[in-house]
Amino acid sequence: MKYLVCISKVPDTTAKISFKNEDKEFNSDGVTFIMNPTDEWYALVRALELKEASGGQVTVINVGPKDNEKFLRSAIAIGADDAVLIEANEETESYYIAKNIAKYAQENGYNFVITGKETISFNSFSLGGMIAEFMDLPFINQATQWMLNGEVSTIYKEIEGGEEVLEVTGNCVISAQKGMAEQRLANMKGIMMAKTKPLAIIPIALGEEKVQVSQYQVTPPRGNCKMFTLDQIDELVQALQSEAKVI
Amino acid sequence: MVLVFLESSNHKIKKNSLEVITYGKKIAKANNGKLIGIHFGALDDSDSCNKYGLDKLFILNEPVFEVFDSRLYTKAIKAVYLAENCQFAFFGFNLNGKALSARLAAALDGGLVNGANSFADLNGGFKVQKTIYSGKAIATYQIVAQHKILSIASNTVSIEENPSTCEVVNFNSGIAASEVKVKKIKEEKVAGEIPLAEADLVVSGGRGLKGPENWGMIEDCAKIIGAATACSRAVADAHWRPHHEHVGQTGGAIAPNLYIAVGISGAIQHLAGVSNSKTILVVNIDPEAPFFKAADYGVVGDAFEVMPKLNEALKKAKGV
Ligand SMILES: Cc1cc2nc3c(=O)[nH]c(=O)nc-3n(C[C@H](O)[C@H](O)[C@H](O)COP(=O)(O)OP(=O)(O)OC[C@H]3O[C@@H](n4cnc5c(N)ncnc54)[C@H](O)[C@@H]3O)c2cc1C
Repeated sequence: MKYLVCISKVPDTTAKISFKNEDKEFNSDGVTFIMNPTDEWYALVRALELKEASGGQVTVINVGPKDNEKFLRSAIAIGADDAVLIEANEETESYYIAKNIAKYAQENGYNFVITGKETISFNSFSLGGMIAEFMDLPFINQATQWMLNGEVSTIYKEIEGGEEVLEVTGNCVISAQKGMAEQRLANMKGIMMAKTKPLAIIPIALGEEKVQVSQYQVTPPRGNCKMFTLDQIDELVQALQSEAKVI
Repeated sequence: MVLVFLESSNHKIKKNSLEVITYGKKIAKANNGKLIGIHFGALDDSDSCNKYGLDKLFILNEPVFEVFDSRLYTKAIKAVYLAENCQFAFFGFNLNGKALSARLAAALDGGLVNGANSFADLNGGFKVQKTIYSGKAIATYQIVAQHKILSIASNTVSIEENPSTCEVVNFNSGIAASEVKVKKIKEEKVAGEIPLAEADLVVSGGRGLKGPENWGMIEDCAKIIGAATACSRAVADAHWRPHHEHVGQTGGAIAPNLYIAVGISGAIQHLAGVSNSKTILVVNIDPEAPFFKAADYGVVGDAFEVMPKLNEALKKAKGV
């Protein structure tokens, strides 16, 4: 089986977010970037586990600037066999990210495309669904477990108020969340190997713009927190009732 | 024309779908167009259809739609969308809505904003906002593509009545049984619990509660006000609570009307999943806990003293 795992680059979870160029561009000064956690911990590690169990190839892919090569190398250090960077500028729309990944997956005969459930940067949950549509494949989103038996995937997924188990026959696209696997750290051998495994760089194909960013802004802080003591609990409940009107 | 994807429970249109209808109706009116609903499976809710402003409702009830498969649903939605000359398609920002909106955007070469949380600004285009960087920032997007597709966060608009006469159409997609690739083996619903993702009120506990045996006061509180329960990652990782209760950057993201956080420090990754809540109440023994900076109401005190008192006061207030 051939697994294609999408790896995106995001600001570290504790990064302070700010913008520049009249609030039209992300200000990356002083920001540390990491692999998107759900891509790294769940999508990548589960693909590696399945490959280790029954053979195949795990390729990691990113659409972004040349510098993103280092995140793909980190993914290889964790265990991926090879990597592909589709070179594009930082703000490429998800429509074209998905279209280019789908094209690569199709032309190179991948069976499964796996993403994290969302990026912690744009929180859009859209890449997997778009890729699946471009490839005309089933898409199971926010999966918590994935077993593979021959051609048949058994996939667990949380639904509102419970859980369901699905069976998908053949190729599909999966977005992964907590439960799918446990984070894996790169070992020394992996880090050494990362430098020597293949990493292809290919150009992106773009078309008409679909969505433009007109502005970014930092979320305004909440007003002051109103404090109550242990003896003022009745007043607190009254405030929730008649001021906030939430209960 | 505006197409809205509707979900139901017990044959009644869900609250989040009614919000999507209200949103869609406003856009339809502004464009002198009609509002068209699409629903998979039988529905027995003509009251809501007429009351909230649907002009037409497509019902798709073929066996191929029995199990949710975003691939087949999208094929059918696209067919209705094109047949009705739509320019807009709106979904709820929930598990199925997110998968369908993304697929439809790809299928129509449209422009997508998943998680829109403002009403669209129609002056000189179509602009909507959504939160990004896990609540730390807000982006305003202009959809320039002809086909405009949104999934809409809950509580973005309040449901409004808009009386209409809704025509019901039973639509046959003609999708062959051999196209079905997704089978459901099992479904387990936790009985009696309020699903976290849809809850208006949430009571959440952190490591400050010291152990799973102390969750009684959290559950009592939830019961009194009709809330769902949640927890921090530290608590889920320690197996004090089930994983589906974990909220935050790497758990679920929620936006209830009220979030009560008890014994949770308010780490930035936790806030990422809850900062879109309308009102936040924090109970923490440490006056310096970072969560107070992100809260509307706070009590500095020992949860083991505060919660019993709070529960008594809530009981009185709710008359239960
Ligand atoms: C990449 C990454 C992703 C993460 N994702 C998430 C996530 O999705 N969700 C999440 O929650 N965390 C996440 N975390 C972890 C996060 O950083 C915190 O470690 C975690 O939220 C702490 O949980 P807590 O507040 O329950 O525990 P603690 O930080 O231990 O806080 C316990 C709090 O309880 C208070 N307390 C103690 N005793 C009492 C008492 N008797 N009465 C009242 N209050 C009391 C203390 O003052 C303290 O504020 C992530 C971390 C990383 C690095």
